[in-house]
Amino acid sequence: MAENQSYYVPASSPWPIIGAIGLGLIAWGAGNTVIDMTNNQDGYGSTVLTIGIIVMAVMLFGWFRDQINESMQGLYNDQLGNSYKQGMSWFIFSEVMFFAAFFGALFYARVIAVPWLDGASNNVMTAEVLWPEFVAQWPLTKTPGGTETQAMGWYGLPLVNTVILVVSSVTCHFAHVGLEKDNRKQLTAWLGLTIILGCIFLYLQGAEYIHAYEQLGLTLDSGIYGNTFYMLTGFHGMHVTLGTLMLIIMFLRVVKGHFTPDNHFAFQATSWYWHFVDVVWICLFVVVYIL
Amino acid sequence: MSTVVDDIHHEEHHDHKPSGITRWLFTTNHKDIGSLYLWFSLIMFFIGGAMAMVIRAELFQPGLQLVEPNFFNQMTTVHGLIMVFGAVMPAFTGLANWMIPMMIGAPDMALPRMNNWSFWILPFGFAILLSSLFLEGGGPNFGWTFYAPLSTTYSNDSTALFVFSMHILGISSIMGAINVIVTIMNMRAPGMNYMKMPLFVWTWLITAFLLIAVMPVLAGAVTMVLTDKYFGTSFFDAAGGGDPVMFQHIFWFFGHPEVYIMILPSFGIISAIIPAFTRKQLFGYASMVYATASIAILSFLVWAHHMFTTGMPVFAELFFMYCTMLIAVPTGVKVFNWVATMWRGAMTFETPMLFALAFVILFTIGGFSGLMLAITPVDFQYHDTYFVVAHFHYVLVTGAVFSIMAAAYYWLPKWTGHMYDETLAKLHFWTSLISVNVLFFPMHFAGLAGMPRRIPDYSIQFADVNQITSIGGFAFGLSQLIFLWLCIKCVRGGEKAAAKPWEGAEGLEWTVPSPAPYHTFEKPPKVE
Ligand code: HEM
Ligand SMILES: [Cu+2]
Repeated sequence: MAENQSYYVPASSPWPIIGAIGLGLIAWGAGNTVIDMTNNQDGYGSTVLTIGIIVMAVMLFGWFRDQINESMQGLYNDQLGNSYKQGMSWFIFSEVMFFAAFFGALFYARVIAVPWLDGASNNVMTAEVLWPEFVAQWPLTKTPGGTETQAMGWYGLPLVNTVILVVSSVTCHFAHVGLEKDNRKQLTAWLGLTIILGCIFLYLQGAEYIHAYEQLGLTLDSGIYGNTFYMLTGFHGMHVTLGTLMLIIMFLRVVKGHFTPDNHFAFQATSWYWHFVDVVWICLFVVVYIL
Repeated sequence: MSTVVDDIHHEEHHDHKPSGITRWLFTTNHKDIGSLYLWFSLIMFFIGGAMAMVIRAELFQPGLQLVEPNFFNQMTTVHGLIMVFGAVMPAFTGLANWMIPMMIGAPDMALPRMNNWSFWILPFGFAILLSSLFLEGGGPNFGWTFYAPLSTTYSNDSTALFVFSMHILGISSIMGAINVIVTIMNMRAPGMNYMKMPLFVWTWLITAFLLIAVMPVLAGAVTMVLTDKYFGTSFFDAAGGGDPVMFQHIFWFFGHPEVYIMILPSFGIISAIIPAFTRKQLFGYASMVYATASIAILSFLVWAHHMFTTGMPVFAELFFMYCTMLIAVPTGVKVFNWVATMWRGAMTFETPMLFALAFVILFTIGGFSGLMLAITPVDFQYHDTYFVVAHFHYVLVTGAVFSIMAAAYYWLPKWTGHMYDETLAKLHFWTSLISVNVLFFPMHFAGLAGMPRRIPDYSIQFADVNQITSIGGFAFGLSQLIFLWLCIKCVRGGEKAAAKPWEGAEGLEWTVPSPAPYHTFEKPPKVE
């Protein structure tokens, strides 16, 4: 029985199915919200969506609370710890592939679709018949359909944001080192700084969007340049938001005295996630802004 | 912290299972979750099958008789989506849940709670997808491949529901795959090194990798469809500098590995069953592993064989043609090994073996029609005809689905503790085998003669062939009711099964009693 076991199997739990209900409500609500929006009608979509988000939040809170309690009781063994670490790495890999789809779209549009529309390869007649006036260029500031916009430069806000995010990766690492050396002061200070940097990044990103919308006419629907710009930076921004939330939760747990130098999976996972978000940004800064 | 200590301790009684409905809702047990997956997939198989019956009824005669073309299109679309994401993939995940921990000597899956979450997302995802059929304007009608601009400019209102249901189904598959991969990498019993793992475990390890790599790409594709349709982006619209062809590239970058996701676990199943009923070791274990891995790697380099007629530079057409034909090499290695295993074996023909043999022959037919399609100039003729439909139903129905049936018969005694009814099972096998060929074989000829796919009406020269096909279809559909009845009967009772009911079977799963106890291997077993 339980005592002489060498394996640990977590007990059953209501949270996963609550999470499934939450996700279901979110999907259904989001779908209906979008449909209501395009038809300009009032529907129950947004209500369902809100309930779904609340259910998810409650679920995450409850699930993690149980998880933390079990972990603090020392119920977990090394094998489970390893499973968590491997699971997190594969999750990050799946995120990499998610971004790859959008980077791929950017690459295809830029290297293939836009030049072809201007007659590259064997597409002379395509260009001639469809949009003879169209000139291929990148950033695509004038679409074949005629929508005009301005390109976003890389200096200024984007460069500042790059520096901020790279620095935050370093501070996050110092916090981790502090944790491993059991230096709680170092841990709290660097972790706090990382959170502040994350927030500044998000704030500046918001400012950049406002600038793009109001001064540059660079909008989500301004053609493939704006599309790829907002999809990549937008999904990245969502990940930074999530990462910052995770960091804040880690901060609260650190203040409560959680984590030891050799048992801090949650912290480690958060820091991996943060570094991942940072790497995505660097790729993004190079291919979206500079090139 | 200590205040909450005792309320999480109460479920530690490991030998008794919780009762009532909460057992299934809250379970963290790999066997319970495996059963949930398997039953769910069987239900979806019948729902998707009902849609196929509608399609075949409409196509029984030329002309439009039963359903509106728009509804016909919804049927082909949702039939495809349900069979791929609701029937075949969950069935494999169910088998993985049940068998992998037992095969590698683990007590359970590595992340049992996430396992429960992965499963329970599925009913919600499909409820959303199916509910869209009842909305005004109907559900998705653009084919399971949802090509832009059919799914963007020309699709109906409910497309957003399709998109979000695909998102959560994707989340479920990714979590399921992470669980499998981590279980295999981290939970093997001491001594169970990689080259000792049963091939089912190997093939699932590689499948899980493929899933984690491509499901997010599908998520990206549906997201771009969503924003193109509702938020004014033009990823797939040339007027904004995008390209509908780009959709096809992104989709098939997911789609081709996806078809291997639906066949690699089958290879594992067949590689377990043939040696068992041949009473011989599997021929060429290591070459099977390498063949599986090479198929997986190649599957990332062949996606554009679905797009030969869409328009690509000649170099790309040739590149994708050669890469596709290259896949036939590792696939051939596998078929060779199965046949070589049977060579001079002491064979008996219980139902699992019958399905496995049918798999080897009929899957090979599907592989050959695939090779024909891989030849670019030839595909110009065959593309989007019933020849393609014949091809992928041979690999998916007589391939993937037959292997799932074989697996069910092979492991039912282990799951339920009862032998299934062999007479009924044989009846199921022979009716399925005959009807499935009546159903799909004539499609080759319809396709070669030029009958297009996804069309509710056709010119009269195709009438005979379609009538035969439809009769085969109805017969195949009815035959599956035998399987349903047989499963229910087997769960409820029957001759007691021994721990190892098949004489030649090998593997750790046969060292535990039948039915397998709720918790197996609380301590790591010894592997020599
Ligand atoms: C020797 C191996 C194979 C080769 C060479 C091959 C080749 C091809 C080609 C060239 C096409 C595109 C036909 C067209 O649309 O014109 C195709 C379609 C398809 N194949 Fe295969 N295939 C192989 C194995 C498989 C397997 C194992 C599966 C799944 C288990 C599969 C599932 C499909 C599906 C679902 C489609 C049609 C997708 C659609 O358009 O809806 N194939 N195959
Ligand atoms: Cu393919």
